[in-house]
This record gives sequence, structure tokens and C-alpha cells, in this order.
Amino acid sequence: MSVETTVQTSPGLEAFVGRAAGHGTALAAMGIPTRRAEAWRYTPLRAFADTVWAEAPALSDAQVQALLADLPLPEAGSRVVFANGRKFDVLDSLSESILVSAAEPVDPIEDRFSAVLNAALAQDGLSVRVAAGTDAGMLTLASLTSGDAVSTHLRHRIVLEEGASLTLYDLNAGEGRYVANPRFDIVVGKGARLTHVKLQQDSQTAGHLAIIAASVDAGGNYDSFTLNHGGELARHEVVSTLNAPHAQVHVNGIQIVDGNRLNDLTSMIHHAAPDCGSRQTVKTVLSENGQGVFQGKILVDRIAQKTDGYQMNQALLLSEKAQINSKPELEIYADDVKCSHGATVGALDDEQLFYLRSRGIPEAEARDILVRAFLLDALDLVTDEILRDLLQRSIRA
Amino acid sequence: MPAVTETRETVEKLAKSSYEWGFETDIEMDIAPKGLNEETVRLISARKEEPEWMLEWRLKAFRMWLEMKEPEWAKVSHPPIDYQDAHYFAQPKKKPGPKSLDEVDPELLKTYAKLGIPLHEQALLAGVEGAEEQKRMPVAVDAVFDSVSVATTFRKTLEEAGVIFCPISEAIREHSDLVRQYLGSVVPAGDNFFAALNSAVFTDGSFVYVPKGVRCPMELSTYFRINARNTGQFERTLIIVEERASVSYLEGCTAPQRDENQLHAAVVELIAMDDASIKYSTVQNWYPGDDEGRGGIYNFVTKRGACRGARSKISWTQVETGSSITWKYPSCVLAGEGSVGEFYSVAVTNNHQQADTGTKMIHLAPNTRSTIIAKTISAGKSDSTYRGLVRMQPKARNARNFTQCDSLLIGDQCGAHTVPYIESRNMTARIEHEATTSKISEDQLFYCRSRGLSEEDAVGLIVNGFCREVLKELPMEFAVEAQKLLQISLEGSVG
Repeated sequence: MSVETTVQTSPGLEAFVGRAAGHGTALAAMGIPTRRAEAWRYTPLRAFADTVWAEAPALSDAQVQALLADLPLPEAGSRVVFANGRKFDVLDSLSESILVSAAEPVDPIEDRFSAVLNAALAQDGLSVRVAAGTDAGMLTLASLTSGDAVSTHLRHRIVLEEGASLTLYDLNAGEGRYVANPRFDIVVGKGARLTHVKLQQDSQTAGHLAIIAASVDAGGNYDSFTLNHGGELARHEVVSTLNAPHAQVHVNGIQIVDGNRLNDLTSMIHHAAPDCGSRQTVKTVLSENGQGVFQGKILVDRIAQKTDGYQMNQALLLSEKAQINSKPELEIYADDVKCSHGATVGALDDEQLFYLRSRGIPEAEARDILVRAFLLDALDLVTDEILRDLLQRSIRA
Repeated sequence: MPAVTETRETVEKLAKSSYEWGFETDIEMDIAPKGLNEETVRLISARKEEPEWMLEWRLKAFRMWLEMKEPEWAKVSHPPIDYQDAHYFAQPKKKPGPKSLDEVDPELLKTYAKLGIPLHEQALLAGVEGAEEQKRMPVAVDAVFDSVSVATTFRKTLEEAGVIFCPISEAIREHSDLVRQYLGSVVPAGDNFFAALNSAVFTDGSFVYVPKGVRCPMELSTYFRINARNTGQFERTLIIVEERASVSYLEGCTAPQRDENQLHAAVVELIAMDDASIKYSTVQNWYPGDDEGRGGIYNFVTKRGACRGARSKISWTQVETGSSITWKYPSCVLAGEGSVGEFYSVAVTNNHQQADTGTKMIHLAPNTRSTIIAKTISAGKSDSTYRGLVRMQPKARNARNFTQCDSLLIGDQCGAHTVPYIESRNMTARIEHEATTSKISEDQLFYCRSRGLSEEDAVGLIVNGFCREVLKELPMEFAVEAQKLLQISLEGSVG
């Protein structure tokens, strides 16, 4: 577990605690972490702490439709739109198998800043329970934010009962300088399968602090993929627990970082039962002054024998000023396990570039081909074809 | 799997057998009273007959230490250390040099015998007059018998080559300018809690200076021994290798068995100029505590090398089998263009031992290269962590790093952890890192057994193979001892 106990005072913190109206005790005690906090050593929240973030006001229909206009949305499935932290509309009728009700508690993540901030200011988000044995198909969750110095703190609960399945398309976008701080509590039941595909293309000046707590029961599968593509400072944080034998977790992702942006993928995959498997492939492409962060931890408990854990993390640096900080971590207490991680950092291969150019491909195009090839084996991990296609188009844009 | 069960049983059996090198020599000691304050620092400095600047340096470090907090980030746990409940100075009482080994304190000779030091070398160590001329030995030994280097051998041979190899206390008096120029230049006094403590109260250690163009004619070696009860040992080592010069330095440790935890906070500084090379090898086998985890040495060490010159090279090799807690990160600062840093490590933990060890490779200059090979073997109820940093600074054009960390777990009560930090700020720098954790694979065992090897031999072969990349880096003198230590820690199951 990360230690985020660095307490400091700042205008941002005081404003948050004030807005929390009595729910902000834990937040006030923790403060906003500085770079001395291990979990935030590569992702500074200084600028974030200096702004007084107000509650995001309601948006008009026209504003929401304008925000929705250019978004990559699938044609099929149900759709729920949240605008500035408020449920705007259920655009398509949710299929009957998706029943709305309260979620069961999942593993504690209360020592993590993003969760503490959300807990203080939580707004009702999506609440979904998929009944046993039903395939709920695709559900699009569009979280839109617009405004300056405003913040949203949606709390979503998703429960898949035994043998249920759902594909969740988690789309994040907006305009202005805001902070989106969503939290997901996810329970994947026995033999259930949740495919969670996230596209984070928040505004270039926004902050995005997402935290996901997912617990997976026997034979269940939490298959997640994140495309971190926007935000001035964006962290996608996953804490997943494999609770019973034969559970599977995939925390894959791509980060494309340019401008003066920082994208961060932090994950903890906790093997708490034997015979489970986890897979993680994260690729980061950095250009201009982009900064990339990857912090991936695999924790294997003493009882989690026969664990099969794999983690691959690769970064491609395309400019002189780009920067990558990577911390792949293994913490293992069981002996009969197969755990490995690999990490590489480098630039485009000159020989590959030469090969393409010698066949008449202009340099810019050759570079583009190589970058796309680099991303391809991560993108291939998106099992849903429609969503994979949407992500691919979004990468090209 | 039977082989592993057997291994575990044998490991347990071994753990119960008492520490082979656990013995204590009863020699008259000159001991400072318990406690740590400015007076202690002044006393140490006075006893060492140090110049004024050195005392000032120590006091500055001590004041910094008072302001600092003990680090908590390492993955180790231990009861709080009472820094006031220890002697900070212990020195064997001086007597005139004996004429022959017959006059030497028999207790000291027994210690040497148990350590396996040849008779002739014993005479040298005990300071028998005229012993130096009798026979030439390939290894120079600076025996740090508790806090004072009792004798330094082979100084004449080294002096002829222009190499200075002496206790650092002597260097402070006799090579004051050199020490003053370089001491603390790699590990500043305020670098970290334990480095500050060491800077304030270090009692002795080794000093090596290899002048321009000189290839040190022999391997330099120290036997570190912690001998008196309740004396913290604060070694300070400073090695300076000038342009085109080279040296290979061996450091080996054994310690007597005792009940109370002992703190050991050494600082080692290496400096390599243009085209210089330093090879620093360690076999560490301090008392690891009993099978309940009582006693044992706390080994909190700061080791750092600076590749200041172009094409310079610093290579750390370590075999860590002892100590109840190890906290050690031999590092390289690659500041010279094209300089090379290497780190080869085998860390074995058993029973309740805890090891948090690794390296830092800081690439500052273009075309620098570094290699990290870390092998971790955990057994019993021990915890072992690899913690490392590879950093490519903006000017590190075309720098390269390759890192491989492999962990082997024996038994289901131990832990193995890998915490690498990878930071790159230069697009042309290339970093590759891989880590694996596994037990001895059944495929490998089956392969060996199907070719007629017994299970024990197969396990032995596999463990040997697991560590080979590191063991082959050790100088001959150490390879034998290292294999022995591995055998005692784990491989006993094989024989």
C-alpha cells in the first residue's frame, strides 16, 4: 500500500475541505501529497494544490450536445452521459438486465489520495448491477466536464453477479481547466466478465485523477484497457484484487503524451488467492515536453501459489525534452509462482527507419508507421472490435 | 515436490547448526564509554591524533546527523536502535611489536587460525618484526581488527609501485591533502542518516591511492571483523585511482556470534579518473542472527563510486549471505564520457534475515554504459528486496543500461521483492530491464534427473547456474570463499 501521509496546507486543499462540508476529515488529515510522498514522486500535484476548485455548475442541453458532437461513440449499446458531475441523460434505454442498485464494498483503497478526495466530495455516478447469467452487452459511460477551476467527483458502482458480462466504454472528455476525479467500485462475481475500455481525452489543461477498485471472484475476469490521451496531469489508477482461484485481471494501456502534459498509469494487482493470472502491457509514446509515468505493482500473497503474473512496460521517446519515469514492482511472498516483468526505454530504431526510407517512404510517414507498430501489440489486447477501432481512430487523430 | 522439501529441511538443519565463524577473541581493549555526543566525536578525533580540519569535518557531520531522521523507506523492520547504548570507540591496547609468533597473543592467533589465514600471513598481521621480507604473497591484507587496522601488510611492495594502501586514520595524518581533497566528495557527510553518522564517528577503514598509469601489483584485501561486544563499527574506505591506473579491491567479512544486535554503518567512496578502473568485490558473511532471528548484524552501508574521468570503469561485485539486516546500494555516478558502471550481486537470505539491496546507476555523460545483474535467493522466513535506480540525465546521449534481476524462492514463508526505478530524460538513451521470480522449475529438475543426476545434485547445479553470472565476476581468491558461503547458506542440501 502506498504511503500518502504528507500533510500540507494549500488554497486548493482548504477549498476542497470546505466544500466537503464535514466529510473532509480524512482529506484534511492527509493533505495533498507532495513529491516526497512515494506514490506521487513522479506526478507533482503542486499546480493542482494552488487552485481553488469550485463545484462544476450544471450545463445546458446545447453545451452538452456540443461536447458530445465530436466524440468517438459506438452506435450500438446503452449510453449514460454525465455532464459536470450530474447525470444528464440516459440517451438509450438501458437494457432490462442492467438493474440499478447499491454496490457491495470492495477492498479498501482509502489510503490513496484520489480515493480520499473522491470520498470527501463524492457525487452519485453510475450504479449498475448485472443479474446472474446475463450478458448486458455494451454500455457507454460518457463523463463530460466543462468550465475553469471546477471539479467533479463521480462515484460509480458496478456489480457483475455470477456469470454476468458487460462491456463498459468509459469515455472522458471536456473543455477548460478542470479536475475530473472519478472513482469506480467494481465487483466481478464468479465467472463474470467485465471488459472496461477507457478513453481519456480530457482537455489539454485539465487534471484527471481516476481511481478504480476492482475485486474479482473465482473464475471472473476484469479485462481493462486505458488510452491515456489527454489532460495536463492525468493519472489512471487501478487497484485490483484477485480474491478467489482462477480469477484473471488485465490492466493494459497506452499513453500518448505530448505538449507539456503528464500522463500516469499506476496500478496494483493483488493476488490474494491461488491459481490466478494477471497480464499487463503498457506502452507510452512521448513527444515534445511530455512526461510519462508508469508505476505497476504486482503483490502476491503467501497463499497465492501458482500465480502467473506478467507485466511489460515500454516507452518510446521521440523528442529531446520528453521524459519517462517507470517503476515496475514485484512483491512476492509465495514460492510456487511465475512472475516476471520487463521494461524498455528508447528512441525509434535508426535501422528500422532507414529500412523504410530506403523503400521510398518519406521520413515523417516512416516514423508514423514505426510508432503505430510499437503501439499495435498493446492495442491488439482490446478484445472488443468496435472499441478497438474507435481507439485506433482516436490515436490517429 | 520432494527436492524442495528436502532443501527446506536441510536449510533448517543448517540454520540450527551454530554459526561456523561465530567466535569471540578475548583481547585487552581500550574502550570509550557508551553514548554519542560531541565529546565522543572529539575523543575519537583526539585518539586518532587527527588534524583540526578533520575534527571540524566530523563535528559538522555530527550536527547534520542530529537534524536527520532514520530512513524508513527500506523494506526492513527492526526494533528502534538506541544510538546512545553503544561504544563508539574500541581499540586493542598497544604493546611493542612481538619478535616472533610465540610472543603474539594466543587468542589473536586462534582467531586467525579459525579464519583460515596462513601462518606466514598471520605473522604479518600480528606485526611480527621482519616478517615482511620472508616471502612474497599475492594479496595484501589490511586487517581491520575491530576499529583499528592492526597491521597492514605488503606495504613495501606497494610503496615501490607508488601505491598507498594504509588505514585511513594514518592517511588522515600522513596524506592529509589527498584525504581532505576527496573525503566526502562522493558521499557527502549529509548524504543520508547513516552516512552522516559514519562521517561523525568513523574509527578506521582503508585508504588506497593508485597514481597515474600504475596497475596495482596485487589484489588489495581487508578482513573486516567485528570483535568487541557492543561496539558499533563505522568503517570508512576511500579509494582514489588516477588516470590509466587500476586496482582490484577485496573486502571480506566474518563476525563472532553474539546476542545483541550490532550496528554497522560503513561508507565506501571510490573515485576513478580518465581510463582508470576499480573493481570492488565483497563477500559479506556477518552473523545473521539465530534461527529465531535474534542477534545478528545490522548492515547499513553507503557505497558509491564516481567515474569522474572519460572511459573510467567501476565494477561492484557482492556476495551477501550474512547480517540480520542488510541495507546496501553500491552505486555508480557516471560523469566521465564513455564511463562504465557494473553491479553484480548475489544476495542470500535465510531464517529471519532481511536484505534490501541494489544499486543506483546515474548516467550523466554521453556514451556511458551500465550493467546490473542481481540474483536473490530467499529461504526460511526471510525477506529479500532488490531496489535499484537507473537514471539517464539529459546529457546522457547514447547511454545504455541493461538490468536483470532474478529471484529464487525456497519455501513458502519467505518473500522476494523487486523495486526498480527507471528514469530517462534522453531519447537516445536505451534502457532494458527484466525481472523474474520463480522457484526451481520442475522442467529443469526433470531435465537434470532424466540425465541421471540425483535430486540434490540437480538442485545444486541449478542454484549454481542461477548465480553463475555473478560468481564468475569474483576474483579467484573470493570465488572459493563465496561458493563455500553459498553452500553453508543453501547448497548444503546438495551435498
